[in-house]
Amino acid sequence: MILALRLSFRQWPVVLSFAVLAFVVLLVLAGPGIVPAEVRELAGDPWEPFGAEHLLGTDQLGRDLLARMLEGGRLTLFLASAVAVLSFVVGLAFGLLAAFLGGLMDTVLSRLMDIIMALPPLILAILVIALLGNSMPVLVGVLVVFEAPRVFRLARALAMEIMTEDFVTAARLRGEGIGWILAREIAPNAVVPLVAELAMRFVFALLFLSSLSFLGLGVPPPQADWGGMARENAPALGFGLPAPIVPAAAIAAVALAVNQIADWLVAASGRRAARRG
Amino acid sequence: MTLSRLIARRTIEGIATLAVIAVLLFGGVELIPGDPARTILGQSVTEEAVRNLRVALRLDQPVHERFLSWVEAAAQGDLGTSILNGRPVAPDFAWRAKNTLFLAGYAAAMSIPLSIMLGLLAALYRDRLLDRAISLGSLATISFPEFFVGYVLLTVFALNLGWFPVLSSVTPEMGLAERLSRCFLPAVTLSCLIGAYVLRITRAAVVSILSRPYIEMAELKGASRTAIVLRHALVNAVGPIANVVALALAYMVVGIVVTEVVFTYPGLGQWMVDSVAKHDMNVILVCGLAFGATYVGLNVLADIAAALASPRLRHPR
Repeated sequence: MILALRLSFRQWPVVLSFAVLAFVVLLVLAGPGIVPAEVRELAGDPWEPFGAEHLLGTDQLGRDLLARMLEGGRLTLFLASAVAVLSFVVGLAFGLLAAFLGGLMDTVLSRLMDIIMALPPLILAILVIALLGNSMPVLVGVLVVFEAPRVFRLARALAMEIMTEDFVTAARLRGEGIGWILAREIAPNAVVPLVAELAMRFVFALLFLSSLSFLGLGVPPPQADWGGMARENAPALGFGLPAPIVPAAAIAAVALAVNQIADWLVAASGRRAARRG
Repeated sequence: MTLSRLIARRTIEGIATLAVIAVLLFGGVELIPGDPARTILGQSVTEEAVRNLRVALRLDQPVHERFLSWVEAAAQGDLGTSILNGRPVAPDFAWRAKNTLFLAGYAAAMSIPLSIMLGLLAALYRDRLLDRAISLGSLATISFPEFFVGYVLLTVFALNLGWFPVLSSVTPEMGLAERLSRCFLPAVTLSCLIGAYVLRITRAAVVSILSRPYIEMAELKGASRTAIVLRHALVNAVGPIANVVALALAYMVVGIVVTEVVFTYPGLGQWMVDSVAKHDMNVILVCGLAFGATYVGLNVLADIAAALASPRLRHPR
């Protein structure tokens, strides 16, 4: 990265966030290998408490909760990342296009994004899912439609701001093409705020998807993401058992860690903007 | 642009957005390839069920007639009947809407004054321990899904301490005190969600105002810290705060659905989610419109509040 991002001791929450995130991602990627096969296969009683054999206890069907968490985490993190990246690419492409072409194209795209952003996301998502069912393509599609406009706005604003800089004018006068200017002049100057935006899109996707799964409208069974697991295990709560809190806490931890990192990136890009001015 | 013109314009835009929602609601059924009734019900249903759903969804009429006849009936208080049990939707809607409004009002009354105060404190003690604690706490509550906050509150305060009931069921005969106690945990869950949002904006608005020259001027002439904050900073932060309060209330529309499901609270959100599994399109439609109208209306209010407080916004670029 162009900007030197420094971490001091005062920013221990950011360091901790990176550590938590790395820990969770490693665990989830290592996946089933962590839980011995005999524990995975072994069906215990439903909702056994934390213990030596089943570290996090068992779920509503007596399956090892840790193994389920790793499996569900893979799906959860993959879907949230996929939505974040997809909406980022779509939003960025249209945002840059609008900023660069201006005129009618800009007006039409901007108004369209305004309309989408004026709609209540969860309510519309429930409606779409009621009509089309909750398949993976529908879920990802709905989330991307609601996320892309936010990236669009930022990308457009950033590009507009950077385009008025002298080095862009110089490149344009040199006769460089749109692609070249976007890739070589505009993109490098927008990296930090865009990465921060990507992180925020990830959190939004994670929470949105988890909420839908929690409501029973997200990832279709038998697969379960963390939100779905929080729903399936909910009756255990009545017996004072922590099974549904485990997946809910995992979502909370990942969301907080990524939000903390995003906040730090926003602050870093703010300082940079101030220095430039 | 004058203020009244701005208000008129935003109101029209709000109505246009609502129209988009209505078109999506009514036209959505049209967009599904094949027979929508069959798609909604899935494969393993009887022909009769499909036929019933087609009639209930008024699929035998063209889309614009369907919309107009729905509006006409709704204007007379007839919201259609539940496809599931054939009962009219309107009475159930009224009772559940009242419950949802009660819960939302409860949460707003608790969280908004408190979060504005905490936001002010954080701004005053900027970068000190208190500010860092408040900021971290608010970031956490923004990041936590409602069902996580709800489950933790339930485990601690309902199951272990026994201070509040586990189920937030309310009945029409219930007195206010009983109702307030039953709804306390869901209201706190919602408060966390919107409070953190209001807190962060309040802090940012006050911090930015405290760095202006006229605050320095007030400091130099020897005004006390309290006087500066109350007389200069807070007054000028009213615009952004009013704006974010309206936005936070709109955001509650989204949060309340999950919260009601966590606590099995008999509100609109829980009803809507339940109805999806039961394919009760009439209920989904009515709830969707109610939530959509509230969301759009509060967003328009937020814009108007911002324009009222800051004359500069009345002249958009």
